[in-house]
Amino acid sequence: MKRYNIRIAGVGGQGVVTSAHILGNAMSAAGKYATLVPFFGSEKRMAPVEAYVRVSDQPIYEVGEVVYPNVIMIYHPQVITHGKSYTMPFYSGLKENGLVIINTDVDIIPEEDWNILKELNTRVYMFPATKIALDIAGTELATNMAMIGLFFGITRIVGFEHIEQAVRERFLGNTFVASGGTTALDSAIEKKFKKKMELLEKNMQVIREAFKIAEERGWVEEEALTG
Amino acid sequence: MPEQRVVDADYLLLEAPRERKFITGAQAMAEAVKRANVDIAIAYPITPQSEVMHLVGDIWAQGYLKDYYRAEEEYGAMSAIAGAVRGGARAFSATSGPGLLRGLEAIASWPGHRIPAVLGVLTRVVNAPLSIQPDNVEIAYLLHSGVVVLHAENQQDVFDFTLASFVISEKVDVYIPIAVCTEGFFVTHAKGYVNMTPEDMKLPPRDPYKAPVPPTDCEIPPARIQRDAPVQKSNFMSYLIHAVWQQEVWSSNIRAMKYIYKYLGGPIEVVNPEAEVFVVASGCAAAQGREAVRYAQLEGLNVGLVKVKSIRPFPEKEIRQALSRAKAVIVPEHNIVGWLAKEVKAAIPNSDIVVGGPRVYGGMTLPVELIMEKIYNALGIKKEKKVVV
Repeated sequence: MKRYNIRIAGVGGQGVVTSAHILGNAMSAAGKYATLVPFFGSEKRMAPVEAYVRVSDQPIYEVGEVVYPNVIMIYHPQVITHGKSYTMPFYSGLKENGLVIINTDVDIIPEEDWNILKELNTRVYMFPATKIALDIAGTELATNMAMIGLFFGITRIVGFEHIEQAVRERFLGNTFVASGGTTALDSAIEKKFKKKMELLEKNMQVIREAFKIAEERGWVEEEALTG
Repeated sequence: MPEQRVVDADYLLLEAPRERKFITGAQAMAEAVKRANVDIAIAYPITPQSEVMHLVGDIWAQGYLKDYYRAEEEYGAMSAIAGAVRGGARAFSATSGPGLLRGLEAIASWPGHRIPAVLGVLTRVVNAPLSIQPDNVEIAYLLHSGVVVLHAENQQDVFDFTLASFVISEKVDVYIPIAVCTEGFFVTHAKGYVNMTPEDMKLPPRDPYKAPVPPTDCEIPPARIQRDAPVQKSNFMSYLIHAVWQQEVWSSNIRAMKYIYKYLGGPIEVVNPEAEVFVVASGCAAAQGREAVRYAQLEGLNVGLVKVKSIRPFPEKEIRQALSRAKAVIVPEHNIVGWLAKEVKAAIPNSDIVVGGPRVYGGMTLPVELIMEKIYNALGIKKEKKVVV
């Protein structure tokens, strides 16, 4: 049985909760299963934000935060370097044979942490999600798209059209409010792009690029995970 | 809004076609209200809250309800619900944590006033210290109020229980309120699949004359207490009336059971009835228990689940039967007092097989791994942990 229990850690303003919803909706569009739980306090820019998503091709009953993940996605290097996280160290609870995706230009994992990750037989993938977002979409607000793009690019659990449907729903469909700040962010980014369609296209380009990276670097896997 | 047509209650609950949507628990509750032909909803949206009353406000604006207003605070909201229902309306409200406790004096008087209403209880911690997470200790405060208490595991349950509760609470031989409880946040703010009846069908309106106590008739005891309390006439009369009515309220509570069988498939659900170790749980803990059964199957262990849907009336007989051959019973809970473990222990003759826990409090998450630890202990299995915590 395939089951990914994902913990996403990032900072306020990066679209952690929004991308968790897109992950879940992409699974739903593919006729598969997902549950998601956001977690934030009085959120503000650059304060820790986490979201938890469980995805599977089987029904999922579990609720609440993912304490023992087999996938960890780090949206901002400061989660690790400044400890901006609800869960310290960043890999706490990580199960054996798990997957860690980190948005960073350089290796930021201290040696003793590397030892633990190796002992747990973890696959660690680092890639510059923010840089890709800036290069392709012209805004670091698309960092979250690069991150979920890479996750789906590695795992291939849904088709590209399902991701597109979920992104389209998010930006063109029913108004969805992850938090109070989302509305302000949305209008800021809409002004930037003038047209929602353009925004949608840029986001999809970022996701496509992440897919390509997963392929080029030989990270694609379609192994069943249990946990 | 689509033009809604009234359909037979049994048809709507048991036979009507259903469409699957991926929605939050708060949306599921509002969608049930949308189909329940509700006359009035009265809100006092404190924080911590769910989006339920906000979404019900939205559907009132769309024309699904006749009236909606925000009360001055929870005591006022729950008192106004009593007034609206005594006046013949079908009413709904929802609250959580401190809000439930603030309204509790009025809520606890509903059964005695024969108020058939539905109250959403989206659990949050009871202070202090303040937290906004979904501890469910507040359900313990409802257990002895006479209210029927249902505990939903997920978004689907929230929809089903809420819609059915409007029907069950208005049955003449029940006619007391129903609290539909679920964990805030874990269910209200999270999305899941929900199979829903069509938007253009709704329940028949409430018939206030089909009642054990005619509406606003102030001459028939005990409804007369609305106008002049019996204690003002005679202390002797007042305690007799009270005693008789207490019996009647709790009998009504028990009489709700046959409708829980009819509309919700019974007060419990048993997974793997031949198991030697059982997890007994309600609400979100049942979801975690279901997952524990899956983990156990992967490891070849014989573990089952008894999900308790109805906390009041409490299904003593059913639980006793389901656990008659169990070697150990694990009761995971989202509160420190272990109110469900106490009920389970009292329901079976060999209560020493009940493990009260794992319990998390303050609204923390309840990892399945904690339930597995108790299962390993019960089966005498030693495990070497390989996760970093």
